[in-house]
Amino acid sequence: MKFTKGTIEHIAELARLEFTEEEKEELALYMEKIISHLDKLDELDTSYVKATEHIIPLNNVFREDEVENSFDRDEMLKNAPEKGSGCFKVPKILE
Amino acid sequence: MELYDLTVYQLSDLIKSKKLGVAELTKAIIDRIKKIDGNIGSYITVLEEDAIKQSEKIQEKINKGTAKSPLAGIPMALADNICTKGIKTSCASKMLENFTPPYSATVYDKLLSEDTVLMGKLNTGEFSMGDTTGNSYYKPYKNPWNTYRVAGDSNGGGAAAVAAGLAGFALASDMDGSIRRPASFCGVLALKPTYGLVSRYGLIASAPSLEQIGSVTKDVTDCALVLNAIQGYDKRDSTSVNKGYTDYTRALVNDIKGMSIGIPKEYITGEVDPEVKKAVLNSVKILTSLGAECEEFSLPVAEYAASVYYIISSAEASSNLARYDGIKYGYRAKEYKDLLDLYKKSRSEGFGKEVKKRIVLGTFVLSSEYYDKYYKKALKMRTLIIEAFIKAFDKYDVIIAPTVPTTAYKSERKTKEPFNKDYMYTVPANIAGLPGMSIPCGVDKDGLPIGLHLVAKPFGESTLLKLAYTFEQNTNFHKNRARI
Repeated sequence: MKFTKGTIEHIAELARLEFTEEEKEELALYMEKIISHLDKLDELDTSYVKATEHIIPLNNVFREDEVENSFDRDEMLKNAPEKGSGCFKVPKILE
Repeated sequence: MELYDLTVYQLSDLIKSKKLGVAELTKAIIDRIKKIDGNIGSYITVLEEDAIKQSEKIQEKINKGTAKSPLAGIPMALADNICTKGIKTSCASKMLENFTPPYSATVYDKLLSEDTVLMGKLNTGEFSMGDTTGNSYYKPYKNPWNTYRVAGDSNGGGAAAVAAGLAGFALASDMDGSIRRPASFCGVLALKPTYGLVSRYGLIASAPSLEQIGSVTKDVTDCALVLNAIQGYDKRDSTSVNKGYTDYTRALVNDIKGMSIGIPKEYITGEVDPEVKKAVLNSVKILTSLGAECEEFSLPVAEYAASVYYIISSAEASSNLARYDGIKYGYRAKEYKDLLDLYKKSRSEGFGKEVKKRIVLGTFVLSSEYYDKYYKKALKMRTLIIEAFIKAFDKYDVIIAPTVPTTAYKSERKTKEPFNKDYMYTVPANIAGLPGMSIPCGVDKDGLPIGLHLVAKPFGESTLLKLAYTFEQNTNFHKNRARI
């Protein structure tokens, strides 16, 4: 499978990443190489196989709606790169 | 023998009988870290003062007779993707360079309640990715047997530290053999438990459906002691399984008569290093002489395991690492135009090369056009791999193979080839959620350790421990120490 600069740019946009022209070329090569290995899976017909979403049976777990130990607001803000007035600070998103 | 060469239970005996003070031991290990870890690079953070303070507190408890755990006073270390309240947890990434978790992983809480001493946080590949040891944002880590060789990949700081006597034992996560492959390269023992046996709460995951926290120890008795401490249901981890408590030291029995062992042909033919193959087949001979029934069988799905792993792990990583957006925690770019640009710049500057590659691959296999062809296909293959192992375990108690088809390779071997087929040896245990263990079974002509890989059915840890214990009791491989 051929990876064009356009394909890499599209994936990067979806992943919220950006790359230099050089990195894009390197990534295209990486993807071509690795996908050629992954295509080996086509050898097997799996049309009749059910996909495994979880390896252990997962059931809903319910509990009483009781207040348990939680975190202090300041504690949760401690690692924020920018904060103010007890909030996370983000760039303006509305005009 | 030096203090740092001793196993956990040997140290524990000395501590309990008051022949060794906990602070004395802690200081000895700190000194050793200072002396040689500059050359090995197994730690990202060393907690000198905290560890000494903690050791003094534990000594008081021991004197009062209130510290009863066999792990009391033992110096240990945790991989830097296991959250430790108030202690930097970086995942070896620039993204989390300044991240100090406000909570602790369940395994750390458990080890604290066993009165262990945390020596520091261990080096890993960034977000435990990559198959070379040069993938940490901070520094590469090296093999204590030969520092020109790699210590193994993704979560190998633990194996390097334990092998070099820089920690009594270590916990790290295993998503593809991440602790078993380094254990094989560094001549120590690693156990990746069954999925759900050990809580993942507080583990900063990359591929949560594959990943388990496991132990790295010098021998199998230590492994059982550590597993006793970290096992158990945790309501804070929705994938935790409630199986009750098992005393794994009861599995330390020197008897494997009648145990049925299968050796998949796919793992001993092909590109296996002849010395590795010889050591593994020699181990089979030993096990047979001890009364096990060993035979070869065919496990064709093994050939596809690495491909399935790349798809699932990258897909999960791309989705899991979406949380690093420069808002709530982690790195934020200094300059940006708007919110979207903030995301892109923070992520592009904060993540390293290998991580970004995996995110790109994961995003691709999850994209609507290719979802069925790759991701869905991998989940179906996952079913086939699970079924093949279930079928094998109808006949065999344990499946054995090499952990890695080579010994530790030279550090300068760069991964030009992005696809590492060697994962096929260790990833089936992650794909199928099975317990997997690597134990030393020999050395090659350069004196580098070789690992024997054991896999059992879900929650078959006792079977693995029994086999490994019997093997240890009748061989001396586990007594080899890296001379550094």
